[in-house]
Amino acid sequence: MSLVNLHQVHKFYGDHHVLKGIDLDIKAGEVVSIIGKSGSGKSTLLRCINGLEHYQEGGITVDGKEVTTEDIQVRRLALSVGMIFQNFNLFPHMTVGENVMLAPTIVLKKSKAEAETTARAMLEKVGLAEKFDSFPEKLSGGQQQRVAIARALAMSPKVLLCDEITSALDPELVGEVLKVLEQLAKEGITLVLVTHEMNFARDVGSRVVFMHQGKVWEQGDPKTILSNPQTDELKQFMGAVL
Amino acid sequence: MLYFSDLLQYSDVFLSGLKTTVELTVLTTILGVALGTACATIRQYGNRASQRVVSVYVELIRNTPFIVQLFFIFFGLPAIGMMLSPWEASMIALTINLGAYSTEIIRAGLASISKGQIEAAKVLGLNFRQTLTRVIFVPAFEKIYPALTSQCIIVMLGSAVISQISVQDLTYAANLVQSRNFRAFESYLVTALMYLGLSILLRFAFNALGKRLFAYRTAD
Repeated sequence: MSLVNLHQVHKFYGDHHVLKGIDLDIKAGEVVSIIGKSGSGKSTLLRCINGLEHYQEGGITVDGKEVTTEDIQVRRLALSVGMIFQNFNLFPHMTVGENVMLAPTIVLKKSKAEAETTARAMLEKVGLAEKFDSFPEKLSGGQQQRVAIARALAMSPKVLLCDEITSALDPELVGEVLKVLEQLAKEGITLVLVTHEMNFARDVGSRVVFMHQGKVWEQGDPKTILSNPQTDELKQFMGAVL
Repeated sequence: MLYFSDLLQYSDVFLSGLKTTVELTVLTTILGVALGTACATIRQYGNRASQRVVSVYVELIRNTPFIVQLFFIFFGLPAIGMMLSPWEASMIALTINLGAYSTEIIRAGLASISKGQIEAAKVLGLNFRQTLTRVIFVPAFEKIYPALTSQCIIVMLGSAVISQISVQDLTYAANLVQSRNFRAFESYLVTALMYLGLSILLRFAFNALGKRLFAYRTAD
């Protein structure tokens, strides 16, 4: 059963045609890596899925419900779609624990005790249980990103969108974040990632989607598509990143 | 020769003036910052029409003298049927004045919050009011806190003008005393020191509040 469905999605920034008729169907449990050059529309695509960006034509559904940018709709969507950003976007004035507990208490109206139990469990999962009372600025980039993952998980989303979440990290910190993602993939959570981590896409992903000039240019099984690209554009891209 | 002891018999006058100034300062600081916060939020996030209204208010107040604003409210408004006591007129004038200046200061704080913070709150399902109060306000106020503190002190000092419409504040007391005993030097010197003390106290109060609000900066 399809969890995320995009049908002929077109998006314009003024005259600039960013997404040119995207069709994409993502099933529950899939790990989909979206790759491509900058400006190919990858991040925009991701941001359309949870209503952060408006699209002009076509349709997107998540779990059967249509996605729009209306405020109420975006908030309802937040219950099933989690998102992690390149720059973490942790709230600096809250402790790690408060960051993770915020949405469960004020959006899901959970009791403080219940939210704290969830928060501790999620931080445990990302290996940061002992940082519950620390403030974000005291953590490394990799740790901050893992807290952001825990914060998204605390809302028990059906699908997690990751927008270049290792791109702002020092190389030695990338591994710890990818390890968490790999763990999540094993647990069966649906992941859609915009990424430059080809090894991760190949070893953990269930599908690779190559975007070029606002279109899905080529997609398929990671091992096949990455070792044997069919189009010249993907060959060229692979040559550039490897 | 200087005769500070001549002021002693008027200590009641000074104390009652001091009390009025302190009361008005506390009240107008709270109301003025609240007004400024509301207007800054509208100016930063509101629709075009409401932004326009706030801009007109802010520019009108920031480009006219405070004493004219005060006289207009106290002497002018009765012409359209709004009779206010000197104390009420002063309270309103000071609040409106601080509101306008703090709007611009607070808006700078709001503008410093990255779009990413707001998006993060949005994708977690927070509504706009929750995003403002839980996510935006604390870091925004932290950025502009010193400027806001100074503005509140400026308005407190500027409140000396309200003695002109016979509010019996600290400056009114000084005027009264020196007109009775002709000890202008002593009277105004003591008054100046009292204002200085008030400024220091107000700054101290702001710092103490800031330490609580922005505890995360100093935490380890």
